[in-house]
Amino acid sequence: MNYIFFVLIALSIIFGILNNTMGEVVNAMLQACDTAVRISFSLIGIMAFWLGIMRLAEKSGLVQLISKLLKPIAKILFKDLPNDSPAIGDIAMSVSANALGLTNAATPIGLKVMQELQKENPKKDEASDAMCMFLGMNTAGFQIIPATVLAILVGVGSKNPTEIILPTLIVTTLAFLSAIITALILKKIWRKHG
Amino acid sequence: MAETISLYILPLIILLILTTALIKKVPVYEEFIEGAKDGFKVSISIIPYLVAIIVAVSMFKASGVLELIKQAIGNFLPSEIIPLIITRPLSGSAALGIFSDIADSLGPDSYITKLAAVLVGSSETTFYVLAVYFGSVGIKKYRYALLTGVIADVISIILAIWVARCFFLANSGL
Repeated sequence: MNYIFFVLIALSIIFGILNNTMGEVVNAMLQACDTAVRISFSLIGIMAFWLGIMRLAEKSGLVQLISKLLKPIAKILFKDLPNDSPAIGDIAMSVSANALGLTNAATPIGLKVMQELQKENPKKDEASDAMCMFLGMNTAGFQIIPATVLAILVGVGSKNPTEIILPTLIVTTLAFLSAIITALILKKIWRKHG
Repeated sequence: MAETISLYILPLIILLILTTALIKKVPVYEEFIEGAKDGFKVSISIIPYLVAIIVAVSMFKASGVLELIKQAIGNFLPSEIIPLIITRPLSGSAALGIFSDIADSLGPDSYITKLAAVLVGSSETTFYVLAVYFGSVGIKKYRYALLTGVIADVISIILAIWVARCFFLANSGL
């Protein structure tokens, strides 16, 4: 992340000089700070709502039930979590929220998962294997119905917008599986070489 | 149809959770408040990470570097989708903007538009998710999480191009 941060900003400034776009670059910088704060503030309400709902899901035993049902899969994917960790149920709900395209719920539940995983993490400033697996699954962007894309296609007057659903589902499923396999392989490599 | 399903799923899940909680004799109001109390803390705690990633990405977009990269790899891919491929892991709203542009300028039923739709629909904003999710719990060393995300992104781009070709190119006359 250090390199990415440096490269993005350094390249922007260098090309701002070369392309004579420094005005835009500086403007973008100032506006982005504002955007970041606005995103965070607009998240407060929905975050509070979902944390409240998730607490009810936990207290009522729903999360634990999902955890139990998914135990066989979780054993392979999240070896470093305790067997009956409620985090498994949270992870399942997060992946489902993403899969169903419930963007409003996905981020709050995802952040909740990170808190649960951090509780089980022995090194607090370093990502655990479970976190890497969870984020791999998350960034692969598994989605059953790409609602936003469909809405845009409908908006610009596509004749047959739904024909993208099947190919998208194939790609997203394969990408999801390859993210899981990649995380499993990288975990082994990281173990070996520190 | 798809939107109707999305509309009903959320309230139904909430109803299911509330009902189960009530049956299990959970004091639903008090426990909801107890959980919701963390909403402010968590949202505010991600500000520094949001600022870092959004500033870096916005500056990058504004500088015009994308145009240059587009020229450099334009020989291998349809040049219209290259900004989309580069932007997708960085910013969701920007990627949707580029997608709208493509759909607008090339027509909603062109091959490139469909390819772009599959690309956008099957990937996530990897860098943004990593920065915010790790930031919210104070993780500084990502270990192999970034590499996993990037590899998965590359695989999904290749898959999208290949699958879109199988589905759409045969009868588009391109």
